[in-house]
Amino acid sequence: MTAVAVIVFPGSNCDRDAARAVDDVLGAGTATLAWHAETSLDGVDAIVLPGGFSWGDYLRTGALARFAPVMGAVREAAERGVPVLGICNGFQVLCEAGLLPGALLRNDHLHFRCDEVPVEVASSDTPWTRAIDAGRALQLPIAHGEGRYHADTAVLDELERDSRVVVRYAGANPNGSARAIAGVCSAERNVVGMMPHPERAVHAWMGSDDGALLFESLRLHLGDGATDPNRTELAGALAD
Amino acid sequence: MIGVRIRTMPKRAVLDPQGEAVVRGLRALGHDVVRDARVGRVVELVLDVEDEAAAREAADRMCAELLVNDVVEYGEVELIDASSVVVGAGA
Repeated sequence: MTAVAVIVFPGSNCDRDAARAVDDVLGAGTATLAWHAETSLDGVDAIVLPGGFSWGDYLRTGALARFAPVMGAVREAAERGVPVLGICNGFQVLCEAGLLPGALLRNDHLHFRCDEVPVEVASSDTPWTRAIDAGRALQLPIAHGEGRYHADTAVLDELERDSRVVVRYAGANPNGSARAIAGVCSAERNVVGMMPHPERAVHAWMGSDDGALLFESLRLHLGDGATDPNRTELAGALAD
Repeated sequence: MIGVRIRTMPKRAVLDPQGEAVVRGLRALGHDVVRDARVGRVVELVLDVEDEAAAREAADRMCAELLVNDVVEYGEVELIDASSVVVGAGA
């Protein structure tokens, strides 16, 4: 059975949403909440760092979360090639931890922006986007005050050259991000961070189910029993 | 005890919308002389170290490890009187 760990920091507030989205797409019981004090994530197939305000976003967004014991395990798993997805605050944490390049700064207009925006998938070559054709536009919610992606020009050029921009704002740039970047991946491509919230868009009744494609991608990537329709049905039946 | 003041500022190349808002606010109040503003952060620490060299060395390491994100900021370390940080700390 596939196991996806959703990391919970003090101040995380999208952990349950993320776990529910994982369960809804990959099968009930797939997601496990992992407290920040955990020191091991052995046996985990994928990791999600959820949105929120870890440690109150004191000092800088995500700056203190990187010292949590669990981040050592996240780093170790990332180095082993385990797929890691940082959503919103999770993206900020991954940047502060140096697992992704760049930084997320205060939106250029200074407002917290809560909206649903079109984003274009710029690369299918990650565990989290492989079920999505590059160039496809997704409708995804955003909710952040500090989402302005910044990196120096050399880093931005390198990201573009290596197709490491994973998602890009397709409409108006909602926060002033450099080159409209909404999400990037690591050089090894298994660590992805993005400001939009795919976990808030996994059913039509949520306004959009485009976010489910990110988790479908993970299922495709892991390609194990979780893709067996009988197993998913069984898990669904057990959940009922 | 030695006090250190660490001033962190956004790099010049980084857009500082808070600074721009401060400029607009001050100009709206009639301060037409204001041309530019940058908003940073100040952290003051009291260190239990032997001498100023040790204080600087410790503060520099703290900047690199946590207090300053050199992707977007730079930091400046200044030694100050510890009692100006916490009353009684200078003793």
